[in-house]
Parts: sequence; structure tokens; C-alpha cells
Amino acid sequence: MADELTWKDMEVGNIILEAGNASFRKTGDWRTERPILDKEKCIKCALCWIYCPDAAIKPGEEGYYESDLYYCKGCGICSSICPVGAIKMIEEQET
Amino acid sequence: METKAVKFGGKLVTTKEFLAEGHSFCIGCGEALAIRLAMKALGENVIMAMATGCDEVTTTPLPYTSWRVPWMHTLFENTAAEISGVEAGLKILVKKGRMPEKNIICVAMGGDGATSDIGIQALSGAFERGHDFIYICLDNEAYMNTGIQRSSATPYGASTTTAPAGKFSMGQATRKKNMVAIAAAHDIPYVATACPSYRFDLMKKVRKGAELKGPAYVHILSPCPTGWRYGTDLAIKIGQLAVQTGIFPLYEIENGRYRLNADPPKLKPIEEYLKLQGRYRHLTAEQVQRIQQMVNEDYAKLKEKVKASPL
Amino acid sequence: MSRRVALEASHAVAEAVRMADVDVIAAYPITPQTHIPERLAEMVANGELNAAYIPVESEHSAMSTCLGAAAVGARTFTATAGQGLELMHEVVYVASSMRYPVVMAVCNRALSAPLSVWGDHSDAMAVRDTGWIQVFCQNGQEAFDLTLWAFRVGENPKVLFPVMVHLDGFTLSHVTEPVILPEQSEVDKFLPRFQYPFALNPDKPMTHGAFGPPDIYSETKLAQEVAFRKSKEVILQGWKEFGDIFGRYYHPVEEYKTENAETLLLTMGAFTETAKIVIDDRRDKGEAIGLISLRLWRPFPFEEFRRIVKGARLLIVFDRCISFGLGGPVFSEIRSALYDEEPRPKVVGIIGGLGGRDMSEENFDYVINRGKEIAEKGSDRMLETVGIR
Repeated sequence: MADELTWKDMEVGNIILEAGNASFRKTGDWRTERPILDKEKCIKCALCWIYCPDAAIKPGEEGYYESDLYYCKGCGICSSICPVGAIKMIEEQET
Repeated sequence: METKAVKFGGKLVTTKEFLAEGHSFCIGCGEALAIRLAMKALGENVIMAMATGCDEVTTTPLPYTSWRVPWMHTLFENTAAEISGVEAGLKILVKKGRMPEKNIICVAMGGDGATSDIGIQALSGAFERGHDFIYICLDNEAYMNTGIQRSSATPYGASTTTAPAGKFSMGQATRKKNMVAIAAAHDIPYVATACPSYRFDLMKKVRKGAELKGPAYVHILSPCPTGWRYGTDLAIKIGQLAVQTGIFPLYEIENGRYRLNADPPKLKPIEEYLKLQGRYRHLTAEQVQRIQQMVNEDYAKLKEKVKASPL
Repeated sequence: MSRRVALEASHAVAEAVRMADVDVIAAYPITPQTHIPERLAEMVANGELNAAYIPVESEHSAMSTCLGAAAVGARTFTATAGQGLELMHEVVYVASSMRYPVVMAVCNRALSAPLSVWGDHSDAMAVRDTGWIQVFCQNGQEAFDLTLWAFRVGENPKVLFPVMVHLDGFTLSHVTEPVILPEQSEVDKFLPRFQYPFALNPDKPMTHGAFGPPDIYSETKLAQEVAFRKSKEVILQGWKEFGDIFGRYYHPVEEYKTENAETLLLTMGAFTETAKIVIDDRRDKGEAIGLISLRLWRPFPFEEFRRIVKGARLLIVFDRCISFGLGGPVFSEIRSALYDEEPRPKVVGIIGGLGGRDMSEENFDYVINRGKEIAEKGSDRMLETVGIR
């Protein structure tokens, strides 16, 4: 974590050499709702995939597109634009 | 096997994410989507310069970065000057034989404040000098990163924290600065408006602007749930309404000639767009009517320009 | 074969930029720097210099464009003065903290208001804290030499800091003097190709300019200061190598007739040469007086400076700037640098040469006499000045 680094660990010019190293961040923790896919209804149009601002929906098994709950912030855009209503937003459960 | 691309009818869109997952854009952010789509159109052979703003702050808190392309940020108002240096630097190094020609696309991105307010000088200079770059304005219509303060891109009637609706104020009392017309007035080869709700239109325009020689300007409406005050799931719907009501028409200007990409036979009433957003909640019926009038005027003016010099 | 030519100091700077085979020049014209970008534009237009000359629309953009060019590995140069340096102020800090080795010539000019295009050091003093390696030139030869040297030092992978070369506006920038120009082959031996280790390129994507949250910002600043202080090694090494190849050796603090000097006069920049004449006269008359000139301003040459002034009883500091509410900025720094030294000379400060006001030999005579007077009897004046009515 950043607060464990000392001045000696600073890169010249504070340049970050490792591309995309922020991807460890579990933005899934932000969620208050999560998307649930009804595979029966899904027509695999990939609109949910392309419209996710967090790139949290990924091409998965058998051509379905599913939410990566590690990243999904639960915005509901996928549910809102699904042309066949195959995605429902449900309240995030306390685990 | 990992899917390399997703097929949409005849179009293939890469599954590569140049803006890494795990960024800290707000839940349901239209700007994040706009950037994600633009990056897919641009590919990895780019060097990006970005202004201080939402997009910079949510993606690069030291020592972490969400960028999977070469990326730089210095200050707020100088992105166009910075990319001018990148472009000229690359060109001269190739000319002097110090690096191979790779046709690297120079991309500058900035918010509406960075573009039409504090950064307009640098942008104007870069346009005039004719550098080979694409400038993408992510327009969420206020200084959102610092807390929803007004910019010259804030539309008439919208409430922001520095031009708030109040007992003696209707919010923004000035009209949105027409940055697209200002870009076009520099006679650059390509100017376009785009909206993430129209994903292929956006990607096509970004690709076109990137591949052309000379300066290109693409102005992307970026719906903001935090600042525009709407439910996090509405970015696409709101973007669609912006286009369908005519308040944000989709058009291109190629070498001074206009093409209107979407011209609905009847524009939807502006109220449908305004009523979804808390920043317009304070408006009276008269004010909404005034806004409708202004939208009609501006749309008519645009249609005249399209008629006068069609593509 | 090196040759001796008559060159205006501005043109000497341009010639050094040409011989250094700079890649990108982004500059905005401002008096009294204009002869530098004009000459460079001419060189590019005639194919004498293979560089991109970018006529930016302001100084803020000039420095910003240099940052973009440096980020992709181009050798970059700009020049400015006075208000121009002020306009790019925030960008100047960024060049250092992002470790881009831009070289900039500054034709020191007074700051508004009132508007003044004429020379003094107030623009330089306003950028003391920015983290640039800074040197002051006394003459045209130094203008050429130090510009060339600046690239060598700034671009060294152990340094990677930007370098500012100060020339007094008009008093030096517009003066034609004999300058010895070396052979291109000698320059090429001294100045290798610029190889920026962190050049932005799709082959190896990296991020330049991430923002610094509170849990890391302090560490970045400490790292910057440590690296900045360490650059002194390369600064000295660069001057040694310069001397070995070109025959002229430079030092952070120049000593002029300081042997057994009881009184020392400290100057910076072009007026040093006028002051030297006064020192010569006084030495001829048997006075134990000498002159020191700060050539290296940042990082401050504490070691050399303290060693050189050790034996003196009085040090008179001449400032070409008023730091409002404080007095002479160089004077304040000098006093602070000597505070812990035992023994240390008495230090007095006198301010003059503002906004193009000349400093004659008579003026320097006054400075020395008044300095001695203050050392003996103290001063009840709010500010000690020379040549101000």
C-alpha cells in the first residue's frame, strides 16, 4: 500500500512503470445493488458488455455476458439498457 | 479460450480494455464509458495527454495507474500545448532517424472546463499550428471533479454550486459556450459531437479524427449522475434524450462542410430530458419554455449551416 | 579548429543550442529574449538546425510543449524573460518534479508593475524554489559554454533535472563580445545523444504525472530534494569534463583576487565584470579586497561558498532585486548559509541595478565604501540601496 513506501521507493519523476497496476482495486465493494442475469431471456446482444462504464461485464461461458462482481459497482446501466429485460438489479446482501 | 472481440452485426469491437477495470469513476459515470469506448476506437498505438479532472484523478493516484497506454498529465489548462510537444517531438525524432515511423496517434483529453475555459488558449494555439492530433473533450457540463462548479459549458438553467439556483437566481444564466463552433472556426479538418449512448457513432468519429492528418476535435457529452443528479442507471437513456430533444445534436464538420448524423423528424420536448435531472429541478414552466425556445433556435441554426454547406 | 567570433550573447546561446543539435524548441517572444528565438527560427528555416521550432501562443504553453517533447525523449530548449517566466511559473515547477531535462535561457528582466523590459534579477529570484539547476552568466563566452553544459548535466541519467541559464537582460543578452566557438566534433564528444530512460512509447506504456495523495506526496518531495542535491556531483563533473575538452574550467563560486582578502564583494551575473574593475583598482592601491561571484545558484553551493569566505571579515552582497518585506534575497540566503559558521564574516547587503538601472564603477565604489561603513557603525536605514534617488 502507498503508505508503506518510503522516499527511497519513489520512482524518478514519480513515473509509474507498470501499466494498469490499479486493477487490483476491488470496486465491487462500492455496490449496494447487484445485477442478476436471466439466461433464459438473454439474447447475447452484448449491449450490457459495451455499455458498462467499468468494463465489469465480461464475455463468459456459452456466449453469455456476465458481471464480474469484483469490479461491478452496481450502477444498473446494464439492467436499464437490456432490450429484453434479462438483467434485474437486486439489493446487495450482507454476507 | 479468451474472446478477442465482440461482434455487433458487421462490426467487431475489441475486448481489450485500455482503461483498466477498478478505476474510481463514480457509479454509473457517463464519462468513464465515453473514455472506454474512445479507447477501443483508438487502440494501443497512442500517446495520451490528459488534463486535470475527473478522468485524471480517478485513474492515477500515485503509485497506481489505470492506464494501459502511454499516458501523461502535467496541469489543467495545457493539455493541448503538451500534446503539441509530444507530436512535434515524435515527428522530429522520426525525421532525424532516431526512432522508426510508427504513426503513433497523439490523443489529448480534457473536460469541458479544461477545454472551453482555462485551456481554450492552448487548444486554439494547437489548432492554429495544425499539429496532427485528436482532442477529445469529455463534457459533463461543469467542473465536476472539484465539486460541480459551473463552467462555460454548463447549459442555461442548470444549477451548479457556483451558479446555484436560489431565491434570486435561476442557476446558469448564460448559454452554453459553443466549443464545437469555436473549433470549427479554426478551419481544422474534422470536428464532431458524440455521445456514449450512440456507441458506434462515437467510435467511428474518434477513429476518423485520429486517422486524419491535422487537428481533430471530438466533443463528447458525458452524462454525470453525481452532478446532473439522476439515478446511476440512466446514463444511456439521458444521452439518448439529449440527442432526441435536439439539445445535443450529433453532427460532423469535415473541412467546413456539415453532416447531421441524426435528424429526427420531430424533436422530443426538452422537458423529457430536463425532468430526469435534479440540476434542473428548480425551473419554472416559463424557464423550461425558454429553454425549449433556445433549443429550437440553436437546432434551426445548425440545420441552416448543414443546408448551406452540406457534406 | 575552434574559432573566435564576435557574437551577441543571445546569439551565442542560439549557437550553443544549434551545436547541441536540439530537437524541439518551443518559445514565445518577450523582450529582451527575442534575439534567441529569432536566431533559432532562422537557423531552422535555413536548415542549419534540424529541429522542430514551435511558435507557441504563450510562455505557459512554451514550457508545457517542452514537457510533452521531453516526455517522448526529445532534447528540448526554450527561452524567456520577466513576465514570461512568471506566466509559466506553475509549469516550471512541474518540469523539475517530473524530471524532464529541459534547458531554458532566461534573459533576466524586471517584473511588473510598472512594466519594465529592462534587466534585473527579480524574475530569477521568483523561481528560486522551483527545483531547476540554475547558473548565472557573466559574459558571452559563458552564455555559450553554460548552455552547452546545461544539456550535458540535465540529461545525465543520474540527474534528469531541468537547467536554467541566466543572462542579465540587455546588459548581457544584447551585448556583442568575442566568443570562442569549438569544433562540432568537440561538442559531440562532450554531449552524447539524449537517451531519456522513460520515454513515452506504445512499446512500453507507462504513466507520467500521476497525482500525489497525502499518503505519498511528502515522500516524492523528499526524493526530489535528495536527487536534486546529489546532482551537484554531476554538475562538478560536467564542468571538469567541459574544461578538459574545451579548456575553460568553471566553478560554482568564482573567486577573483580573494587571496588574503579582508573584504569580499559578492555579485551575480553580468555586473560582476564591472565590479572586477573596481576590485582591480582597489587592489592596485593596496586594499585587501576581493570579489566572489555565484555562478551556481541552485543547488546552492554551500560547501564552496563557506570555504571561500572563511577568512574574510566583511562580505558585501549586491542584490539586483527587492524581496518585499524582506530585503535582498541573495543577501538573506547568504546570511542564512553562514549562520552556523565559526568564524564568519560580517554580512551586509545593498540593492541596486533594478529595472535596467546601470551599475557603474562609481556605484560599486559606493557599495564597497557604504558596506564598510555599515559594518563599522551599523545602519539605521530600512533598506540599503545604491543608485536609487
